[in-house]
Amino acid sequence: MRSLVIAEHSAGQLTAGTRSAVTAALALGGETDLLVLGGADAPEVARQAALVQGLDRVLLVQDALFEKTLAENTQPLITSLVCEGYTHVFADASSMGRNLLPRVAASLDVGMLSDVTAIVSADTFQRPIYAGNAIATVQSLDPIKLLTVRASAFAQALTQDKPCEVIAVEGGQSSTHARFVSEQLTTSARPDLSSARVVVSGGRGMQAKDNFALIERVADKLGGAVGASRAAVDSGFAPNDLQVGQTGKIVAPELYIAAGISGAIQHLAGMSGSKVIVAINQDAEAPIAQVADYLLVADLFEALPALEKAL
Amino acid sequence: MKVLVAVKRAIDPNVKVRVKADGSDVELNGVKMALNPFCEIAVEEAIRLKEKGLASEVVVVSVGSPAAQEQLRTALALGADRALLVETSAVLEPLNVAKYLSKVIDQEKPQLILFGKQAIDQENNQVGQMVAQLIGCGQATYASAVNHVDGQWVVEREVDGGSQVVALTVPAVVTCDLRLNQPRYASLPNIMKAKKKPLQIIAADTLGASVKEHARLLGVVPPPVRKAGITVASVAELVDKLKNVAGVI
Repeated sequence: MRSLVIAEHSAGQLTAGTRSAVTAALALGGETDLLVLGGADAPEVARQAALVQGLDRVLLVQDALFEKTLAENTQPLITSLVCEGYTHVFADASSMGRNLLPRVAASLDVGMLSDVTAIVSADTFQRPIYAGNAIATVQSLDPIKLLTVRASAFAQALTQDKPCEVIAVEGGQSSTHARFVSEQLTTSARPDLSSARVVVSGGRGMQAKDNFALIERVADKLGGAVGASRAAVDSGFAPNDLQVGQTGKIVAPELYIAAGISGAIQHLAGMSGSKVIVAINQDAEAPIAQVADYLLVADLFEALPALEKAL
Repeated sequence: MKVLVAVKRAIDPNVKVRVKADGSDVELNGVKMALNPFCEIAVEEAIRLKEKGLASEVVVVSVGSPAAQEQLRTALALGADRALLVETSAVLEPLNVAKYLSKVIDQEKPQLILFGKQAIDQENNQVGQMVAQLIGCGQATYASAVNHVDGQWVVEREVDGGSQVVALTVPAVVTCDLRLNQPRYASLPNIMKAKKKPLQIIAADTLGASVKEHARLLGVVPPPVRKAGITVASVAELVDKLKNVAGVI
């Protein structure tokens, strides 16, 4: 049994989701390698990655080609690495992992399992289906198992003092089919939504974009991230990448505060794994009340400033 | 140019599913089915491309049971020109579906292949990417804008932390995100017209795809139930509970 974890990094740091994917891989008990792909900053990321507890080695591929990871460019490299004897491949179920791994699976003629939340054995895994309303136990029949894992279901791998070996690997070919044009990233000083300890989310009940400042101030007091429901995103109150739910981010923080969110099935799919859920809503009958540990029936335009003050 | 849209018959998004008593799967008997919402967005995008004069023909294709004809008719009523059903009674594993679709693509030779980013039942988010690999073309997943510039597809994608723009040569695979468009409703006259549009049924095993079983569903359980919460009377009480009972702040 040998596992390869595909690392993701941003701003020179391994993502929290990568550390969770390592934990999932280590649960199998086999040899575990981490693959770091990137441009100029990759060696520093690899040096840092070598300190992740439990890894056997870090494979480093540095090439300007991987500054922006297009699946078309990374797939040939990953496929050839996997063919060198890996039985399991793990990636965070992030937009990058979900974009890449199915291509690798098709190239190897194996199936893949998305968004795994538990490792039952080397070939059997659990994953949620139907917006989290059922948990399926699935056995893979393929010689190579490809998995994206739900980061919120696995703890982040810890850091140790003594680094493991870092091996430089060559590879990569530029695709003639796809070309990176540009990107626009939302910059925020707040913690990353997917791994934040506290998330404060607003929904349609926020009524206007400017009112989201009330959410932001409570989030800042708690050192948390800001989230939003689909209704809030569609109404332009918050950017797309803050959407929590089946089609947005899946979060499982210690504390999730939902303000002005009714709690549609699709939203619950993204946050019902939170440890403590607080709902602030004027409607005591809203579906969110059924999953909330604490329900405050109140006008959020009074409750949020009061909460900010009380913290 | 020709646009092919792959669609799936899936559970209606407003239905709350129940797990079967024997834990073998979820209960789909007598449950309302619909066109998967992301597929609906893909169909809408194809029709808009046709309305802009970029597409000359919109072909919808589904892999599945005869019942999926209903969803293909829905797509025809929305404005697709003709439909293909790759008929199979097998469990719809993503790689097998992708293989059947690649065979259809080989025959149809579309310049753009549109998918929903995921089906809301199995939530795999795999088929579009697998098809792109199998037919050897570029992919733009999670599309929020699709444009045709200088003979290439220029697609804005929703990614973690923001958005990204990629340019793809023709043919290309694009999987659609929620934000791409607002699907229209089918009018009654269009629903009537759709009944006369061509719908061809292809037996899956005549396509020559090398499919096999890759995974086996061992069982399904409902998610853990959260214990009932309490209603607090004031912000002060809420803060007190979070500090002293839950210990999360």
